[in-house]
Amino acid sequence: MKRPGIMIKDVFKRLTMKPVTSKYPAEKSPAEPGYRGKMEFYVDKCISCGMCAKDCPSFACVMEEIDGKKRPVFYLDKCMFCAQCEESCPKDAIKMTTEYELAHLAGNPQIVK
Amino acid sequence: MARVTIPIGPQHPALKEPERFMVTVEGETIVDADVRIGHIHRGLEKLFEQRTYLQNIHITERICGICSFTHSTNFCQATEYILGVEPPRRGLYLRTLMNEFERIHSHLLWLGVAGHEMGFDTLLMWSWDDRERILDLFEDITGNRVTHAFNTIGGVRRDITDAQIQRILHTMDIMEERTKAYIQVGLNEQTILKRTQGVGILTTADAKRLCAVGPRLRASNVKYDVRKNDPYAAYGELPFEVITSDTLDVHGQLVVRALELLECVKMCRYMVQNLPAGEIRVKVPRKVPPGEAISRTEAPRGEDIHYLRSNGTDKPERLKVRAPTLANILNVAHTLKGANIADIPLIVAGIDPCMGCMDRVLILDRDKESCKVMSAEQLREYSIEWYRKEAYR
Repeated sequence: MKRPGIMIKDVFKRLTMKPVTSKYPAEKSPAEPGYRGKMEFYVDKCISCGMCAKDCPSFACVMEEIDGKKRPVFYLDKCMFCAQCEESCPKDAIKMTTEYELAHLAGNPQIVK
Repeated sequence: MARVTIPIGPQHPALKEPERFMVTVEGETIVDADVRIGHIHRGLEKLFEQRTYLQNIHITERICGICSFTHSTNFCQATEYILGVEPPRRGLYLRTLMNEFERIHSHLLWLGVAGHEMGFDTLLMWSWDDRERILDLFEDITGNRVTHAFNTIGGVRRDITDAQIQRILHTMDIMEERTKAYIQVGLNEQTILKRTQGVGILTTADAKRLCAVGPRLRASNVKYDVRKNDPYAAYGELPFEVITSDTLDVHGQLVVRALELLECVKMCRYMVQNLPAGEIRVKVPRKVPPGEAISRTEAPRGEDIHYLRSNGTDKPERLKVRAPTLANILNVAHTLKGANIADIPLIVAGIDPCMGCMDRVLILDRDKESCKVMSAEQLREYSIEWYRKEAYR
C-alpha cells in the first residue's frame, strides 16, 4: 500500500524556514575561500619568461611590452579562470583572488596589468 | 486512423537543448520516431588538435557543463596511459572524490528536471536546493562550481585540508538524510508513480542490442558499471554496489539514480576517512611520445570514452570523444514507439540527455562551402572509399 502525503512533513518544515535565496546584490554574497576569481599580478616578481601566455587556453593572457619590459596583460573578457597561468608561473607573480563581480559596460574592457 | 508526422524540435518548449525528433502518430500514440542530431555541433575535436595537452585539459572540461570533471579525467587518463605514468594514490583518491561529487550533483539535477517534466516543480526546487551544497563544496575545494580545472596530467592540482574534510563529512550527513527522503518520495508519491510507472519501457534484450549506457542500462536490469567492471582511478579499492532495477521504465531510472546517490555518499565518506598521505601529482613532460590510448570512465549519465592519438609533439593528433548521450539517444527513438505524445518530454529527459556533449559528426566541404549530414549507408561507403585511398596513412 502506497502511503499518500509523504511530503507533508517536509512541506511544513519548509513553511517555517527562511528563504534559501539571498537578496543579492542588496546583500553581498561572498565567494567560498577557495574560489578562483580575478587575478592579481605582481610586476616586480615577473621575469618575462612568457610561460603564462604560452599555456593560456583561451589566449586571454598575452605578452605586451610596457615601459620597456615584456610582461603579461590579462584580458578578463576572454579569461575562463582556470588559473593555469598561476600554476605555470615559476616566480608566483600571479595570484587568483575571490573577486567575481566583473560585469562592465561594452567598450570598457576589463584588463589586469 | 490517419498517420500524422509531427516534428518536435530543434526548438521546442519541451526540450532544453536543440534536437529534432520526427514522430509519426496515430491519434495520441506514437508509431514511429526518428532522431536527427547535429544541431549543436561546436567543432571541439578540431580545436583539441590545435591546442597543447595542458590547454586541452581545460577545453575538455567544456565539452559538457554538468559532467565536466569526468571528461577531463578521461583526457588526463588517456594521456597518462600513453606517457606511462601513474598518479600518486592521494591524487587518484581526490580525483575519484570529485567524480563522485559530480555524480551526486548530476543525479540531483536529473531528479529536479524529471520532476519538472512531470509537472512536479516542488521536487525541482528541493533537489536543486540540496545540489547547491555540493556546488559550494566544489567551489571551495576546486575553485569553481562547474568547470573545476582540478585535474591535471599526472594527478590533481589542489590538495584538500582537514577543515574541508570536516565540511565534506558534515555535508554528506545532510545529503544522506535528504536522499533517504527523496527515495521515500520516489517510491510513494502518487504524482511520480502515475507519470513514470510503465512509461518508456526498454527491455533488457533491447537495452543490450541498442548499447544503452549508464542508469538507463541499469534500469533495464543489466548489471554493468565501468567503475566496477573496469575500475579506473581509485574505484578498485572502494566499497560500493552496482544498483539495478527490474521495472525497466522511467521510474526504474529514478530509483537507480536515487539509490546510486546513497552509494556515492558512502563512497565519499570512505574516501575522505581513508585518504592516503603523500604527493598529489607527479611531474610530466610537455611532449607526449607517439602512441594511442583509449580511456573509459563512468560519467553520471553513462559510459564516456576518449580515444587519444599522439604524434610526439606537445599537441594531440586526434582526440575522439564518445559522450554517453550519443549511446543513449538510439534507445530513446526505440522507447518512444508505443508511448503517448505527452510522455515524450519525460522519456527524453529520462536518459538525462546532454546534446551539447554529443553532437560531433558533420561533414563540411570547405571548397563548396556546404555541410551535410550523412546516412549510415553513405557514411559506410564514404569510410570504405576513404580507407581505400589512404591505405598507407
